Parts: sequence; C-alpha cells; structure tokens
Amino acid sequence: MTERTKKPTPEELLFLAETEQGKQRGKLKVFLGYASGVGKSFRLVDEGRRRKERGEDVIVGAIQPGTSHEVKAALVNLEIAPLLKLGESLLKAPVIDVHAILHRRPRVCLVDGLAYDNPPGTRNPTRWRDVQELLDAGIDIITSINIQYIAELRERVAAVTGKQVQSTVPQAFLFAAEEIVVVDVPPEMCITADAVEQTGQMSRRLSELREIALLFAADVVDHQLAQYLQRNGLTQSFGTQECILVCVTQRTNAKTMLESGKRNANRFHGELIAAYVRQHDLSADDQEALERNLALARQNGAEVEILEGEDPIQAILNFASERGITQIFVGHTLQNKWWQRLAGSYVRSHLGNHVDRLIDRAHGMDVRVFPH
Amino acid sequence: MTSSMHVPDQPARGKLRIYLGYAAGVGKTYQMLNDAQALAKGGKDVVIGYFEPHGRADTIAKTYGLPLIPRRKVAYRNAQFEEMDTAAILARKPAICVVDEFPHSNIPGSAHAKRWQDVQALLDAGIDVLTTMNIQHLESLNDQVLHISGIQVRETIPDWVVQQADQVVMVDLTPRALLNRLICGVVYAPDKAQKALDHFFKESTLVALRELALRQTAHEVEIRQLDLEELPNLEDELSLANVFTANEFAPKPEAVHGGPKERILVYVTADPSSAMAIRRAKRVADYLQADCFAVAVCLHEDMRELDAAARQAVERHLNFARNLHVEARLLEGQDVAATLVDFARRNGVTQLFLARPKERGLPSLTRRRLPHQVVQLARDMQVTVVADRVSIS
Repeated sequence: MTERTKKPTPEELLFLAETEQGKQRGKLKVFLGYASGVGKSFRLVDEGRRRKERGEDVIVGAIQPGTSHEVKAALVNLEIAPLLKLGESLLKAPVIDVHAILHRRPRVCLVDGLAYDNPPGTRNPTRWRDVQELLDAGIDIITSINIQYIAELRERVAAVTGKQVQSTVPQAFLFAAEEIVVVDVPPEMCITADAVEQTGQMSRRLSELREIALLFAADVVDHQLAQYLQRNGLTQSFGTQECILVCVTQRTNAKTMLESGKRNANRFHGELIAAYVRQHDLSADDQEALERNLALARQNGAEVEILEGEDPIQAILNFASERGITQIFVGHTLQNKWWQRLAGSYVRSHLGNHVDRLIDRAHGMDVRVFPH
Repeated sequence: MTSSMHVPDQPARGKLRIYLGYAAGVGKTYQMLNDAQALAKGGKDVVIGYFEPHGRADTIAKTYGLPLIPRRKVAYRNAQFEEMDTAAILARKPAICVVDEFPHSNIPGSAHAKRWQDVQALLDAGIDVLTTMNIQHLESLNDQVLHISGIQVRETIPDWVVQQADQVVMVDLTPRALLNRLICGVVYAPDKAQKALDHFFKESTLVALRELALRQTAHEVEIRQLDLEELPNLEDELSLANVFTANEFAPKPEAVHGGPKERILVYVTADPSSAMAIRRAKRVADYLQADCFAVAVCLHEDMRELDAAARQAVERHLNFARNLHVEARLLEGQDVAATLVDFARRNGVTQLFLARPKERGLPSLTRRRLPHQVVQLARDMQVTVVADRVSIS
C-alpha cells in the first residue's frame, strides 16, 4: 500500500522519460514485424504523416524499395532526404545521408528498414549506427525491422526459414528503444476459406516466426517494466512472465524437480532459476550430492543462485520476491525430524516444517511440493 | 472442441478472429473495421452486427459503406438498453459479421446471457465473425489482472472460447502512445479520461497488461501450430520465397514438447479461493497440454453437513469449473486428504492443486495442514498450493 504514494502520475512519467534519457538524445521507436509484407512500412509512414499533421518537423531518411500505393499515398506530404549517391555499383546498398540529415536537423526522422550494412568507406559501418548518431544528435527516429535481422534471434529464425541473413542489429540496441510496437497480422490476411490458399508448411513457418516476434516484444516490454519499477523504487512483481524457482538441497530429488521446472519454463516461455541456501556443516557426501544437483540444474538451463541466510526459508522468500518468482518448486522430506516427533504436535503446528512455513509465507507465488 | 460431424444441410462452422488488446483505445475496433473494409472490398458480404463508436471519429469513418444491423431495443427496469440483434443477423445471413466488445454481458432476459454466446450462435450458422476483446477479460488471467491493476474484472470469457478462435491477432500500441491519446481525449471524454488516468491507466499497469497480452497471443499462435501440417512441398517453398525473399529452406527440427502427459486435479471447496485455484490449474493445464479435473469432497452426497450458503458455493465452484471446460464432480469421503489422493491415484493424476490455507480467524488445524497431509499421502504426485494473487496497487 505504501507503493501507491510513490507511483508518479502519467504526466510525471512522460516528463521523467523526456528528461531522464538525457536532454539531448532523441527517442527511438521501432515497428517490429515477423515477415515482409505485414505492414510495417505503412505503420511507420502513417505515424510520420500524423506527426507532421500535428506540427512536428518530420523527414524521411530512408524508405524500403517496392512500396505499396498505400505507403506512397502517406508519403505525399513528407519531405524526403535523398540517400547518399555512391555511384552506380553501390546503389544496391542504400546509405542514409547522415551528414545532410544532421545539417537539416528535423525533429523526427523516419528510417524504414534498420538492418543494412553500409559499404566500406562510409561514415558508419551499419545503418543502426547511423541511427545512433542521429539519436545522439537529439533527432527522434521511427524505424522498422523484421525479427530475422536481430542478431540474437538470427539462428532461431534461420532454423525456421532456412535463410541466414547477413546484416543484423544487436538486441541491446532495440532493448534501449523508448517504444517498440509489434505489427501483428494473421498470416493469411483473409479468414474466408476461398482466400489465397495457404499450404500447411508456409502457415506453420509464418506462425513460428510470429510467435518469436511476439515473445521478443514481450521480453522488451518486460525489460522496460523492470527498468520502470527500478527507477521508481518499486520492488513489486507483476508476475507477467512465469518465473520458476527450484529450491535445491543435497537431499532434493533434483532431477524430477528440474526436469519439471524446465518443461514448465519452456511451455510458459518463462525463466528457470535454481537456488541453494548455503549451509556450513555439510558432510563430504552431502557436499558431493549438492554439487551433483547444482550441476544438474545448470544442465537443465537453470540460472544457479547461491543464497546466504540464517533462515533458509526467509532467504528463499526474499530472493523470490526480488526476482518476481511466480512458482516455487520445493522438495518435501516425508519424515519429520526426530526432535519434531519428540516435541509433539504443539511444535509441529506452531513452528511447522520448512515447507509449511514456505506455503504460509509465499504470498503471490504458487508453491509446488515434490515428495522425495 | 467437439468434432462436428458433417451433415450436408448444415453449413460449415464459421471462423472466429479475435482482435486482442490490453486496454481501451489501443485501436482494436479500428483495426477490425479496417480489415472488414478490406474483406468487403474483396467482394465478401460483410455486415456490422454490433459497433460501439465511443465518439471516435476515425473509427466511425471506418464503418462507412458497411451495412449495419440495427440494434435490438430492450426495456429493463424502466430504462432502454440496446443489444446486438442476433436473430436479425441470423436472418440476414451475411458471410462475415463484425461484433465489437466480445466480453459484453447482455441485459437479463436476453436469449443469451453473454455476447460470446451470441457469437457462438452466429458461428454455428456458418457466419464468420470478427470481434474484439482485451486481455483482462480472459478468465484464467482474472486473478493476475486483479494483482496487476487492482481491478476485479467481472465480464470474463472462458479460455476455451478464445482457444476455439481460428485466429487471435494482437493489436499493439505502446502505453506512451495510449496515454497520449487519452490526454488528447481520443479514447474517452475529458471527465472520464481523468478518472481513467487515475485508475486503470497507470503506466506500470499498462506495461504489465501489454506484456500479458503479447505472451498470451504468442501462446495462442503456438497452440495453433499443432494443427498446421508440416509437409514438404516445392510449391510452398516458391510461395514462401515471396514472403521472406529467401530461396531455400532447411528442414525444420522436430518440435519436441517432451515429458509425460500430465493430469491435473484441482480441489474445490466453498471458499472463494476455489475460483482462483481452478483458474490457475486450468491455465497451467492448458500450457502443459494436460487434462484438468476438479473435485469437491463432502461427507454426504447431498452435502447436508454444510449450511445452505456453503452448499451453494460448492455447487457454484463446480459449475464454474465446468464452464471453463474442466470436468467437475463431488466426491464422498470422511477424510478430505485421503479421498482426494485416492481419487487422484485412481485417475492417474500427476499434479494436485489446492488453494492456499487461509490465515484469517482461528487457524483450523485440518485446513492448514491439508497440503501437508496430502503431501504425506501422495508420494507419487506433485502438490501445488496456489498463490493468493491479491491486488497490490
């Protein structure tokens, strides 16, 4: 409840966003698509047109070849900065005229297609670096990209399409964008049966690319949300992405837990983390069992965290709420400890065992108990 | 989904396309009408079955030229209401019908309680439907949305209805652009806009809902991939080349989902937290492509040991599960944990879902210990205690 007072109003947020990124740096907006022909160019040019109508000084730095008549219509009232003239042979690699645009100093520059390598001898090796230079000069950029040109996604996309692209843009550049918009259209633009018949294979591949694009956008948004919360001193978790924490000890049935954790994380496109709370009195055998379990965690693609704390349950809960965990996987020892049995039901119900305490105190998280 | 037998006289079921957004004003209706115009231009018989203009000029302009089926006027408690005239649409029998605001609840006394049920009737009659909804109306996300936004959404759509859609399209707009629209009065009239800004339209809320919508759409895309054939065909590759401007395609590695088939059982009581447990269990089941069942445990078949309110609550929760297409039933038994685990074991359940024990009032030992008891008995299955995803804002 104390968080409410800390939350700024939207107006404050806009102001914050405008000042925080540095007074000079321009804002980057990206239209993200999963294939050519989904309509990125139109969305981009249409936004340019609307901004121009609102009175902003907009120019076009680059436009994709082979534009539709819709795009051409939206371009009519926009000023176009000619591409660099690099001689006949280089026309295939269109280079934006950074020098001319910097000199012209528009408020907004449209750059349709972000992933181009510039020919040797030009100002910057790639177009995204040109864009970075324009941003640094305080010019807002609206640009577009298809997922296959994102460096970190290139392999995954190539596995679907069989095509490996040459020019790429690093993911970090897109994560730093102020705004990223998914241009999502159904693979077949018409839902009626007699529309352009699409074969299963093509639909399938388009569908997989679409999924990759949506998940990438979700990751960018998640990153923005985390940054926003951090900026505003908030630690709350929204649980928008499933995040599974597997509690590993030397005794847990780590194999089952981690395999299940991995399967769940995959199906939800979530994260998998394994945590161990350090104990100092482990026997050599226990230490070995623990190492085995932690190695197993790494094999299953989990990020492994070693936590410190007098109270292991509290250490896990602190970590879990910090990291926005949505599901905690914990092993359950079936025999109560000898002293608990001796102390009888009073102690059992009031102190409880680890798992009961975890269940009682893990607010906002599912607790999944694995017998072992 | 039940497979429909082919009866010659019966038309093939219509196709459903859902435009999914994360808030009012992201442009769902605009996008839907834009596509409807394109379909009409392509020679399809497209009508507008229901459209909510909200006074947005550019959206209203997108309706021009599309026939509008007049709304049905309904008197209820001395007031006039207007609802979609489903009977009139069925009589008109268009190829495609545009239906705004999928999660809407009809005025009591209407043929169907919910608009999504009207849409089912249109689909059954072989009419294709384009419709709009926001992510917060998806039943299985109800608790998460409350947690994120502090708002309990009442008008929800069962997940299976969305799963039946042939397509789910994400209508995306950045929260910043949405807030801009709101401030400019595009989305709501000024007085309503300020209220919206103060409540639902906080940036953090919008960002979180947007992420949910993106992930849900990705999931909807993924589950539909299972229906798509992966047949090598030269023609495909040629047509694909146009889309990707690529020439060759490597063979796709087989999708491996792995793991044994899961079966999830959720325990239902009279406690309101049961709804939360059902939603969560169903959501996890859908993601794992697992079967999902719900049971309540009572001493007697007629639940006479419970008071009337509790009996009704149990019935309500079991029906709630059934509405989500979760098979639900009442079990008789003395010992809740033993009855549950026995049933689970006989039915090959791999995961048991329970609501979190409540702390309010005197801690009832049995209730507090139910997860513990179940774990002691069910050494062969996993027990999940479902989070209480209460509002944090």
